Amino acid sequence: MPVNCSSCEERRAVLRRPKTGHSLCKDCFFHAFEEEIHHTIVSAKLFNPGEKVGIGASGGKDSTVLAHVLKVLNERYAYGLDLILVSVDEGISGYRDDSLETVKRNQQQYELPLKIVSYQELYGWTMDQIVKQVGLKNNCTFCGVFRRQALDRGAMMLGVNKICTGHNADDIAETVLMNFLRGDIARLRRCTSITTGSEGAIPRCKPLKYAYEKEIVLYAYFKKLDYFSTECIYSPNAYRGHARAFLKDLEAIRPSSIMDIIHSGENLSVKEDVRMPVQGTCTRCGYISSQSLCKACVLLEGLNRGLPKLGIGKHHKLHHKLLSQEPLSEQEERKLKAVDF
Amino acid sequence: MCEEEEVYCPELQDTTQGKSLGKTCMKCKESSAVLLIRAGDAFCKSCFKEYFVHKFRATLGKNRVIYPGEKVLLAFSGGPSSSAMVQQVQEGMSRDAPKKLRFVPGILFIDEGTTCGMSHEERQQNMSEVQNVLQQTGFPFYIVSLEQVFSLPGSILQRGVPEQRANYKQEVDRFMVQQQAQGETGCSDILENLAKLGVNVSESSRESDKMFQSTCRHPPDTHTQKLIQLFASAKTLTAKHQLLHTLRSHLILHIARTCGYSKVMSGESCTRLSVSLLSNISLGRGAFLPLDTGFCDSRYGDVDIIRPMREYSLKEIAFYNRLFHVSSVFIPALNTKVLENSSIQQLSEVFINRLQADFPSTVSTVYRTSEKLNVSKIDANQGTCAKERCLLCLSPLDTQVGEASAFHATQISHYISQKILMKFNDPANSSGKSCCQEGKCCKGPGYGDFCQPRALQAPSFVDMLCYGCRLTVKDLQSLDALPQYVLHEAEHRSRRIEMRKEIEEFLLDKDEENLH
Repeated sequence: MPVNCSSCEERRAVLRRPKTGHSLCKDCFFHAFEEEIHHTIVSAKLFNPGEKVGIGASGGKDSTVLAHVLKVLNERYAYGLDLILVSVDEGISGYRDDSLETVKRNQQQYELPLKIVSYQELYGWTMDQIVKQVGLKNNCTFCGVFRRQALDRGAMMLGVNKICTGHNADDIAETVLMNFLRGDIARLRRCTSITTGSEGAIPRCKPLKYAYEKEIVLYAYFKKLDYFSTECIYSPNAYRGHARAFLKDLEAIRPSSIMDIIHSGENLSVKEDVRMPVQGTCTRCGYISSQSLCKACVLLEGLNRGLPKLGIGKHHKLHHKLLSQEPLSEQEERKLKAVDF
Repeated sequence: MCEEEEVYCPELQDTTQGKSLGKTCMKCKESSAVLLIRAGDAFCKSCFKEYFVHKFRATLGKNRVIYPGEKVLLAFSGGPSSSAMVQQVQEGMSRDAPKKLRFVPGILFIDEGTTCGMSHEERQQNMSEVQNVLQQTGFPFYIVSLEQVFSLPGSILQRGVPEQRANYKQEVDRFMVQQQAQGETGCSDILENLAKLGVNVSESSRESDKMFQSTCRHPPDTHTQKLIQLFASAKTLTAKHQLLHTLRSHLILHIARTCGYSKVMSGESCTRLSVSLLSNISLGRGAFLPLDTGFCDSRYGDVDIIRPMREYSLKEIAFYNRLFHVSSVFIPALNTKVLENSSIQQLSEVFINRLQADFPSTVSTVYRTSEKLNVSKIDANQGTCAKERCLLCLSPLDTQVGEASAFHATQISHYISQKILMKFNDPANSSGKSCCQEGKCCKGPGYGDFCQPRALQAPSFVDMLCYGCRLTVKDLQSLDALPQYVLHEAEHRSRRIEMRKEIEEFLLDKDEENLH
């Protein structure tokens, strides 16, 4: 039975909104989706006029939609922003090289400048080379840590004021659940904030924080946006997988669950006497770090010394040795070498 | 409270007799071990008992919330955890306990059979089984049907005034002096002694006991019908669970208040708490985690809920009950024999148990995380106690959050996707397609009146609820099936709010006046 759009009550509805359950026509859905992001941007005061904003673009659905919507809203509401696409090339053949093609096409379609920073050029290692040394087990740790920093470095080269990432509501809810299950109270506290990184680092924000993943796909589908959707060829994060599966089940029972979890996360408050890690800077590269050496530098040192496990797990006690360029003892080395079978 | 679904682990037999055979107890290093609490920790029977009893006493001891001579109501569901809790209190009261517990216990069982479609006969049978168990404790007990919620007063939804207490040490000293004086008059049995201390209260409560016994065990049919109607009006099992939890809490509070109990012990185990932590996060109740799952929940003011079993895992409890013949009663509940994804609560339970099997530290990690949380910032400034509380769960409202929040984002999504824009005064909206821009949705001045009677009632009721309770109420087909005391109190509150609006300009201190 055809249903009329619940917003304009005139046109035929073509979709049911995953977020609210309302039936909408194409135009009203576009309008609602864009207005909500506009509201997020305005109410959280994400940008100031005249700012240069980098958009973390991977070629995937979230960042493609983010780039599109930001461009539309920037024109519609005259934010006065100077938008730039920033991409990170991890050096994963058969995955990133293809998705970067999508980003390059986006660049032309949206007429936005694009900057690509590569692991190869920043660290001297591509992910393919890293996986060759580390194996498939912990490679996501390297990629995640390096990407975070690479994006910042790319942004610094361009001199942007802010970086936007395409994290959506599902991602945030999943992170709340995961940090809760892992007992990571420090991350639990900051994972729901829309803007992160105050001093030193370039602030990052998540304009799609309240947008459902399913609506992002719907938006991209109806707008016929061009995006790349292939899973990374290296293994996905297992623990996050549990949280993700649970969230999908929750959403099936009660679609508002995703927002409910974010609401929970936003209203948690931590006891005053709980010890929190203190933020400092890395003595080697100057990036924010709670240790004397940041994770990226430790991981890199491990790769260069041929001891890939140096950055996996906690080896804070070895930091002073790394800083003073001392060699490690044989016993320590044995523990940190890649396991061969 | 409701742990009926948790049965003893089937591999119990193997663990006790198979693998650990030949091992000696890690504690006394003499007797042979009968069980493994955790991987590698083998205990003999007597050391396990000592460990178990000590944990109970230590939990009560380190928190110091129960004053000597205080009346404590034990909430008993029939399940393993609350059975073990009752047994621990008995143990602590017994003649040969080294340091006797000094409070005055009573037990409450609530029969919720109606909510899962049990027949009258089944319910009677359950209740007589429970009665048999409770009679053996020697404590006074109350068996009440959930139908009783239909005769609760509206005042149940108002926060009581906490009793002023001297510090714990002084109270204990005073109690000791009192007890000595009584001891001289020849009363040696501590139980009798305590009963004398609270003689005034208990006499009146004996009266009310009789009343409960006679009326509540055979609730009037009209109430049973109403309860069935109410639960039928809840569209999801998730909402039914929340509704049951809310009503049950109100009834426990009511019994505690009328019978003069100032503490209620609830027997949630660490395993159960981890599950409710996760499900409460998923139900948008993150702000109240410390209230809903902490050791002491003082949201009602005059009656505190304490959870002395929160340090035990369900496995420990199951071992204890089996080894020391603690009998529990199996009573089917809402979540008996349901699919794993039938409700958020059920899904959370299955998820935690499954994760626990792969990552054995899950339950304890989740539980420790909760220890680091505080009742949200809302409650932090206790000075402005006038903070409005949720009509249903009596938690401080978590809906007065800024514009940039999940709460507002959801509301905006709803308003944008609908044609009817009811008294929506968000500035962000005016920049977009506002109500009148299209010139169609404001169908003349009469349009506002059109949806008035119902629409005006509903939002004001919803406005009095916290985020989580709003979700539950949204899943109800109508508010009319709710018990009268809820509707009355809602009306009472909205009248107070209106009164306040009228006189607002004359009030000097805006925050001081309590809204209820």
